[in-house]
Amino acid sequence: MGVKLLLAKAHIEGIRSYDVYRREGGYQAVEKALKTMSPDAVVEEVKKSGLRGRGGAGFPTGMKWSFIAKPEGVPRHLVCNADESEPGTFKDRYLMEHIPHLLIEGLIVSSFALGSNNTYIYIRGEYAWIVDILEKAIEEAKQNGWLGNNILGTGFDCNIYVQRGAGAYICGEETALLESLEGKRGNPRIKPPFPAIKGVWDRPTVVNNVETLAAVVPIINLGGEEYAKIGVGRSTGTKLISACGNINKPGVYEIDMTISVEEFIYSEEYCGGIKNGKRLKACIPGGSSVPILPANLLLKTAKGETRYMNYESLSDGGFATGSMMGSGGFIVFDEDQCVVRHTYTLARFYRHESCGQCSPCREGTGWMEKILLRLENGHGKMSDIDLLWDIQSKIEGNTICPLGDAAAWPVAAAIRHFRDEFEWHVLHPNEAQVRNFGLAHYADPLQVPAGA
Amino acid sequence: MAEETLFKVTIDNITVEVPAGTTILQAARKIGGEVTPPAMCYYSKLQGSGGKCRTCLVEVSKGSEKDPRPMPKLVASCRTTVMDGMEVKNVTSPRVQEARAGVVEFLLINHPLDCPICDQAGECHLQDLSYEHGKEGSRYEFQKRTFKKVDLGEYIQLHMTRCILCYRCVFAADQISPKREHGVLDRGDHAQIATFIQKNLHNEFIGNVIDVCPVGALTDKTFRFKNRVWFTKPVNAHRHCDKCCGEVQLWLRGDEVFRVTARKDEWGEVKEASNGKTGWICNDCRFEKKNLADWVIEGPTNVNRHSVIAQNKYVGLVKPTETFPAIMKGRNPKLLMDIHSVSEVNKPNIHLSQLERPAHSTDFNQ
Repeated sequence: MGVKLLLAKAHIEGIRSYDVYRREGGYQAVEKALKTMSPDAVVEEVKKSGLRGRGGAGFPTGMKWSFIAKPEGVPRHLVCNADESEPGTFKDRYLMEHIPHLLIEGLIVSSFALGSNNTYIYIRGEYAWIVDILEKAIEEAKQNGWLGNNILGTGFDCNIYVQRGAGAYICGEETALLESLEGKRGNPRIKPPFPAIKGVWDRPTVVNNVETLAAVVPIINLGGEEYAKIGVGRSTGTKLISACGNINKPGVYEIDMTISVEEFIYSEEYCGGIKNGKRLKACIPGGSSVPILPANLLLKTAKGETRYMNYESLSDGGFATGSMMGSGGFIVFDEDQCVVRHTYTLARFYRHESCGQCSPCREGTGWMEKILLRLENGHGKMSDIDLLWDIQSKIEGNTICPLGDAAAWPVAAAIRHFRDEFEWHVLHPNEAQVRNFGLAHYADPLQVPAGA
Repeated sequence: MAEETLFKVTIDNITVEVPAGTTILQAARKIGGEVTPPAMCYYSKLQGSGGKCRTCLVEVSKGSEKDPRPMPKLVASCRTTVMDGMEVKNVTSPRVQEARAGVVEFLLINHPLDCPICDQAGECHLQDLSYEHGKEGSRYEFQKRTFKKVDLGEYIQLHMTRCILCYRCVFAADQISPKREHGVLDRGDHAQIATFIQKNLHNEFIGNVIDVCPVGALTDKTFRFKNRVWFTKPVNAHRHCDKCCGEVQLWLRGDEVFRVTARKDEWGEVKEASNGKTGWICNDCRFEKKNLADWVIEGPTNVNRHSVIAQNKYVGLVKPTETFPAIMKGRNPKLLMDIHSVSEVNKPNIHLSQLERPAHSTDFNQ
């Protein structure tokens, strides 16, 4: 069993309510931080912990916090990004649904560290029932004196507000989120200025993912150095992985980033192997935006080393032979899945979710979708594959926000690793309608699960 | 402010000194010519515009004197401010040229390319852009996105199919007219400029959205299909107007005023008026004053020689010497066939620009 910090108490009966959460040792981090530490000391502790942003980019949180501008007389804000819309990612939902007070506690400590008196949770509109859960938790915290004015007699005021989004993936991008929070159209802003200088209402703002803010609680409880001992290298602490796809036990798992990918997929503790005794074909290890990996590159890196579930190991080999930790949306494909169809599905998603602000993403995502649909339906041409490659290369890096990159990477990786499958779709248009290309050489030759 | 600090910035190996806070694009415009990146969405007079079309992408090969690292991505020159000692590559960077050609292709895949029937043809920024930076063909083989034409009141027609979503008209309506009643609805490639639900745009300065539109998406209904812009002659004129500066450009054919627009500078943006105020004009001047008697003519507008609008405007000027006769000792090259002698249609002896009205078939039957 690996170390569990966030979900250790998630299965206790009634943990959603304040009384049970407090009885189980909740809100100790707030007491410790507010009574015995200065805001800078909290930031220092988070820096020491080596906590990295859990939303996808993996930027060190302590560093992000220390960038926030502190002009005199201008309020600062902390915004919690709960607009979890990445296909394959549902860890924040689990966290907020089961143990909402952990997030509230993390928010209070983080607000104290950053000096934010008004803190916002921007939650996606589809999580309608979670808004009620969070608001109830905030109400309970307020009644028990953890929120409001003069918390614990320290003179620190903090209020938390929940703001619903209207169902746009793009509003998970931090500047688009801020625009939306201000009540405008959720178009990403052009950086610089970064939110740490000019964020919501032109005030210094820090935007963090739900899991990142929740992880602040164990960091304060354990101490930064103790937290940093969990995990390996620069991947410290624990990470929530939302596993889905063709596995026996889909769900949210907390890992301490020391286990191998193979163990994560096949062990009984985690995913429990591939469903129906089939074989592993491919996997997207970090949510739909990160490159897809074929089984042979997933379990072992190009150098032949075992790949582990952490930031460094998953991105080993760059985009040529590696992928990314991303937001932890672990999507597994068995041998019956069609990569072309899957890529088309993702392209359709990104086309639908592009905000339409900058031209490469607005026009390019739609174009890629149309080509992929044509390929999938057996009307494609060989030149379409090169065309797709060219389109994605012209979107990537040329847009305002990372959505362009996120739309380009899955297509690029699918062509990079599964080109033969695309070609097979062109050469066998009729056959492609009835059966799948299969495993070919990228199937995992090492692992034969029992019963196969 | 005290003394202004000047930053040295080098664009395509040409160094220029600009005040701190200037964008790369403005610095490049100071140099002028080829090194200036094209801009479809940026409009220096509209706050917040720019950064969207990505045609002005440039490569920053040296960040600044202090931090000489190059920027990893191409940056939008219209929204990136210069640093001291910055080195920028525009036309000298193959990466930029490639990316820009890509952007042009993206912009054109859903553009109808109906230039022959578009009123903007001849003064369209997208035409210039695709001519200068695009490739000859498109690889797009699918149906283009189309919208129905919408009437936005009695003066303006919106043809969304041609729109490239530069957001200029949204900023213009926001910043220069008393009330904005249109914006962008939907998202992605189905996003559209629209009023919700079909409203008319009428406030005093709304006509300026036609001037800021880089393509033919917003057109002047008092001018639609009346004439091609290159058949009309632009002259500067003014009148006393208590709403706006009253300084305009009239587009004449004979003594008929076909169209009134604001005066534009070499970048296609509305110029400042002579009294230093903004050059935006009101709806009255733009749409209602179509009599020559309403205006005081100042003289012909200086039109760039390379513009199609300059065609036939320089009759009687000294023509450059013909190269062929000069090097062939006075002889002309022998043509396989003289097209004019066999064609019934093409009559070079008839000068269309000298006609005082639109050409008619009878003009060719002389």
